[in-house]
Amino acid sequence: MTAAAIEFRDVSRVYGEVRAVDRVSLTVQAGEFFAMLGPSGSGKTTCLRLIAGFETPDSGSMLLDGRDVTDEPPYARAVNTVFQDYALFPHMSVLENVAYGPRVRGQRKEAWRKRALEMLELVQLGAYAERRPAQLSGGQRQRVSLARALINQPPVLLLDEPLGALDLKLREEMQIELKNLQRRLGITFVFVTHDQGEALSMADRVAVFNHGRIEQLDTPRVLYTRPTTAFVARFVGSANVVTGELARRLSGRAEPFAVRAENIRLRAPAAAANGDTMSCLGDVADVQYHGALSRWQVRLESGEVFAAAVPDTGTNGDFRIGARVRLEWARGDAVPLAATEPS
Amino acid sequence: MTTLSTFLYRRPTLYVALLLIPPLLWFGTVYLGSLFTLLAQSIYSIDEFTAKIVYEPTLATYKQVVTQRANVDIILRTLSMAIAVTIACAAIALPIANYMVRYASPRTRALFYVGVMLPMWMSYLVKVYAWRLILAKQGILSWLLDTVGLGAALDAVLRIPGIGGPSLSSSYLGMFIVFVYMWLPFMILPLAAALEKVPESLLQASADLGARPAQTFRTVTLPLALPGLAAGSVFTFSLTLGDYIIPSVVGAPGYFIGMMVYQQQGTAGNIPLAAAFSVVPIVLIMIYLTLAKRAGAFDAL
Amino acid sequence: MRFRRWNQPSLGARLAAYAVLAFMHLPVLVIILYAFTTADRTYEFPPPGLTLHWFAAAFARADIWEAMRLSLSVAAVATLLAIVLGSLTALGMARGTFRGKESITVLLVLPIALPGIITGIALLAAIKSARIDPGFWTIVAGHATFCVVIVYNNVVARLRRMPHSWIEASMDLGADGWQTFRYIVLPQSASALLAGGMLAFALSFDEIIVTLFTAGHERTLPIWFFNELFRPRERPITNVVAVVVMIVTFIPILLAYRLTRRGSA
Repeated sequence: MTAAAIEFRDVSRVYGEVRAVDRVSLTVQAGEFFAMLGPSGSGKTTCLRLIAGFETPDSGSMLLDGRDVTDEPPYARAVNTVFQDYALFPHMSVLENVAYGPRVRGQRKEAWRKRALEMLELVQLGAYAERRPAQLSGGQRQRVSLARALINQPPVLLLDEPLGALDLKLREEMQIELKNLQRRLGITFVFVTHDQGEALSMADRVAVFNHGRIEQLDTPRVLYTRPTTAFVARFVGSANVVTGELARRLSGRAEPFAVRAENIRLRAPAAAANGDTMSCLGDVADVQYHGALSRWQVRLESGEVFAAAVPDTGTNGDFRIGARVRLEWARGDAVPLAATEPS
Repeated sequence: MTTLSTFLYRRPTLYVALLLIPPLLWFGTVYLGSLFTLLAQSIYSIDEFTAKIVYEPTLATYKQVVTQRANVDIILRTLSMAIAVTIACAAIALPIANYMVRYASPRTRALFYVGVMLPMWMSYLVKVYAWRLILAKQGILSWLLDTVGLGAALDAVLRIPGIGGPSLSSSYLGMFIVFVYMWLPFMILPLAAALEKVPESLLQASADLGARPAQTFRTVTLPLALPGLAAGSVFTFSLTLGDYIIPSVVGAPGYFIGMMVYQQQGTAGNIPLAAAFSVVPIVLIMIYLTLAKRAGAFDAL
Repeated sequence: MRFRRWNQPSLGARLAAYAVLAFMHLPVLVIILYAFTTADRTYEFPPPGLTLHWFAAAFARADIWEAMRLSLSVAAVATLLAIVLGSLTALGMARGTFRGKESITVLLVLPIALPGIITGIALLAAIKSARIDPGFWTIVAGHATFCVVIVYNNVVARLRRMPHSWIEASMDLGADGWQTFRYIVLPQSASALLAGGMLAFALSFDEIIVTLFTAGHERTLPIWFFNELFRPRERPITNVVAVVVMIVTFIPILLAYRLTRRGSA
């Protein structure tokens, strides 16, 4: 069996009282597009920095391609990083930035100039070789930092929220470009983001981080349809999480469960049930129009607010703000969650 | 090279220690060593007959400093000059700093900042010398006063004991003027910085509630600018207290602490006395620093 | 009653501010004027005439050149020492916290914070105790000690402003600590180093108080100048030397100021 590209074995990183990374174990397979998702402070960025070597674990060990690299400095690891602020060196030209890797490894000037130019052509920035980073736009800088990281042909590429600074249109374009790039190169990508949509659309597998631990590690589809904890259910796709008394009344069991907004249908209060369903009554608190779907906020008698994402078919105009409505969903759409503290 | 680099990378404390050892060694031996030697000297004394240093610990030298009438005079004289200079600097700095921050357009303010800093960049000795020329008997200032008919007034002022002297350039008044001139930038800059921190909205609120500009200044601006004043006063106080050059060059006959220190170590060879004398400004400055800290000076620096 | 905007300055306030500003620049202008006076008594005002004679006279004086040469060499060596020690300290203190960090900062500032008299007499006491002959190297030692903090302040400020991601990126791409320093840290902090060095040079060249204690029989230009102040003869030459000293100390400071402004802009 070939060694995993990256392996964490019970890794912890502690800053004083704060456990930034709390006994994390995971494996990333070679050639995977792996995403680390979570809110700020969840430990995902620290894990990335541990892989790169900018931080050292306080306990546990890390392996790259089967080799223990726990004590190795960044320049000894076969890993390259695309930084969130791009970290381009302002006193060097774009070409010199991209050529930095080969240059410090001792290649001759003609050799690294040629290589760097090739890489720049790859990201369609060949014409900007002699410019300074300050003269480039955000999207162009991002591509330069990508070229700079890839020139060493690393088996693993780390990306630290690389699309955060870009506007929506550019971000969506880059998401597609990065996915294609990864497929073409066939190397392992580890991608850190707080945007769950990004993680779901790009990654082969996603690790959801919370308070320094991985709550769930699965493919995007499983994460979305079968979240295992309340946190994952809320963070990935903002499901409604039902707990306590309401859960018991609706499902008959004490464990909390989650229902995706798009699985909830709006019915008239007196309508009869459609098959094996759960339902409850509430008043419409708000409606937001999102084009194909509308997002309805409905306040239940028990006080909770449920979100329902309903296709705009025109018939829903019957339900005005303040109107009574019945929420209904298939029993099978209620996903049981681990009985942990609500996060 | 890379192995050394990795070796140090894994031991960040060793790396920092290696970096800091040479400078700390230097400071430890050259500077701290000198200070301790000075302190050590101050607890010795000088034999009056042989004029040689007696290496026996004693507090007699300190006693000499704080009890002998002449010495106490010197300390009091220096202290009162330092306080007077501080007050004058504060009084002069307030209007200009206030103008710079509140009323000047951004470009004018930049001009003022550079204008205030420029004299600080000029040679200290040259500035003192320039004042000696200005204050001299036939120098600019007396010429100016003569032209406007105030020559007689100047003579009258110079005859006042305690601040006057044979001419401006050898009087306490002249010394005072030079001190104030020298340390003004040191007072203006922290004060301006502190005034900038006072939000415009507070002043507007005060005016809105009915206060006249002078009232607002007294009740709102001044208290909030106190840390800046305290910070600036630390400079004016300690710089005046320890100065040796200005009292010698623009000096009246009375001695100041700095001159005493210089004189004692020079011709008299009485290093213990010089050392004991130099401890006095340290103590006074320490006391002043604690007072200034309470007034918020360290937040304004 | 004339209505005035509540935050407009009165004419008096404006006059006062400009008057203070003018007061602060008066002496320097006076000195420059006096360097050209024809009078023998240099402080005579108005100057009876203007001449370049005294410049030529100063030029011919061997003792002035001697003192100038000494001042320049002391400043050069002291600056070099200050740059080395200051940069080492800045590199060690730029990041991270450890016990005693604040104390080190205080220690660096102390030579400048305490009155020059104290630093001077302390050094002299140490020199005499160690039975060293005061001379060139004792002057340099004193100057270097209080010049270190100037270089340190400039360099450490620059290092702290440098994003740490640059260093990480450099190491990530394969450069070890040494190469990172050579290719990234050094070029980026060069201007701060230069600015600090120039400020240190100016400070050393102009220094009089500590130098008086540590110079022994040597005479730097400030010491020469200081001695002249107590002599009544040939004053106009002193004015020329004053202008020279002023220029030599002012120019590095001005350049350092421009350098730091450009770096932080």
